[in-house]
Amino acid sequence: MLKVAGLKAGYGRTQVLFGIDLEVRAGEIVTIIGANGAGKTSTLRSISGLTQIYSGEIEFKGRPIKGLPPEEITRLGLAHCPEGRQILQRLTVEENLLAGYIPGRGRSFDEIRTQVYDMFPILKERRNSLASRMSGGQQQMLAIGRSLMATPELLMLDEPSLGLAPKIINQIFEIIITLSKSGISLIVVEQNAAVALEIADYAYVIDAGRCSVEGGANNVLNDPDLKAAYLGA
Amino acid sequence: MFDYFLQQLIFALAIGAIYGLIALGYTMVYGVMRLINFAHGEFFMLGPYIYTFLFSGLLGLGGLAPVLDSAIAIVASFVIVGLLGVAIERFAYRPLRAYGRLAPMLSALGMSIVLQSAVRVTVGPQPVHFPAIVESTPIDALGGMVTTVQLGILAAAVLLMVGLALFVNGTRLGIWIRAASESWTTSSLLGIRVNRAVSLVFFIGPGLGAMAGIMYASYYGIMQPTMGSVIGLKAFTAAILGGIGSIPGAMLGGFLLGAIEVFGTAFLPILSFGYIGTEYRDVFAFAVLILVLLFKPAGLLGETVSEETTVAKKDY
Repeated sequence: MLKVAGLKAGYGRTQVLFGIDLEVRAGEIVTIIGANGAGKTSTLRSISGLTQIYSGEIEFKGRPIKGLPPEEITRLGLAHCPEGRQILQRLTVEENLLAGYIPGRGRSFDEIRTQVYDMFPILKERRNSLASRMSGGQQQMLAIGRSLMATPELLMLDEPSLGLAPKIINQIFEIIITLSKSGISLIVVEQNAAVALEIADYAYVIDAGRCSVEGGANNVLNDPDLKAAYLGA
Repeated sequence: MFDYFLQQLIFALAIGAIYGLIALGYTMVYGVMRLINFAHGEFFMLGPYIYTFLFSGLLGLGGLAPVLDSAIAIVASFVIVGLLGVAIERFAYRPLRAYGRLAPMLSALGMSIVLQSAVRVTVGPQPVHFPAIVESTPIDALGGMVTTVQLGILAAAVLLMVGLALFVNGTRLGIWIRAASESWTTSSLLGIRVNRAVSLVFFIGPGLGAMAGIMYASYYGIMQPTMGSVIGLKAFTAAILGGIGSIPGAMLGGFLLGAIEVFGTAFLPILSFGYIGTEYRDVFAFAVLILVLLFKPAGLLGETVSEETTVAKKDY
């Protein structure tokens, strides 16, 4: 589904990624974990075309996507639900969904909207509210729902649990599992490594812009060094 | 006194509607690009010139009723000026995007001079007669005198504003424009082709400006190459007053500015026992601009523009 090889990227002259290799196979949940500032978000931003790439290759469904503008990458079926949710505050809930809808990908707006509303009933209840009036958890649901409007085959979620109450976090992760079962491949970037590793198939640990460890999520979960470093055990 | 007031009110609404239509172009462009399009007043000026050219051409061809000639010329003026706006953004502003906010703004000032000079050179600098679209007939309304032209302007402007509101609030393209006004980065992640939203805004804004120009020229019966300069600045003031970036704000700002200017000019000479005359008309708009910038820089309906949006646009 997605292959990243030797990715080096940064912001102007400040390089932040020093050679990232990762792969997502169809139907997998892959998690990227690592400390603050390790380059998790930059990895996702580079894949989406938001961050300047110095060198390396990115292939999505066998097609090189490096250098494409972000909107065209999304239109290929690779959606990115960004850190901090980035809800369009001046639009209503339903307008946010409409903004995220991409026509011509085989499904009508009404069809996906119904699916999103079934998944997150609170969004249906508040469909005409301004997005800025929603709570953090509701905005996260809206952000995920909005990403689904693009009919993605691969969905990248950046810190979906950030700043949310434990109960909401559980709900979000259940949704992630549901999405995976419906056939969407996922990359989940998380600081909350323990939860992420529980639901993931495969994990990459990023440290100072490089992949330091990778492996099946269970192996990574039980790696004694990582436990000490990231899981606080 | 009441009939005088009523007459002034109609005048204020008509001129306010014109300001509002022009202000919409400033505010929509500012919304998606954080650019003050100083060439915008020239689209207002080009409207009546292009209309007159097309109208007299069609009239010369004959074959159609003059009303139809007029209608075709109006629609075509919107489209031609709109496409000109799209082309100017594409070739004069877009290549400068990477160089900060000042460069495109200077380019806009340059475009303003280019467009105005082009008309001056081809048509001449002197004011010329504008062919009446609607015969100006006075109507007696509640003791005040209203002309058909005033009513026509008001009706057409309200129609355009309602149409725009329905478009930006109810269609997917409209949502794209509003999304791009809020954040280019987020919009692009959603698969929105931001440059298309920008082009769309540069079609609608100048098109509406051209319509306002045709209304203004119908009102006074003349047009001249410099007509866009002061009116453009006043409409810019209206956009600031309503809150730049806000579409309802531009409409409100236009009508408010029209009212302030008309009533100020009408009643100040009376209140000041003739010391302050109607020649102070233009002062009102700019006094409003200064007061708004001093006391409520975000305008009446504007939201404080976050720096984040600006920065995000820069690295896009």
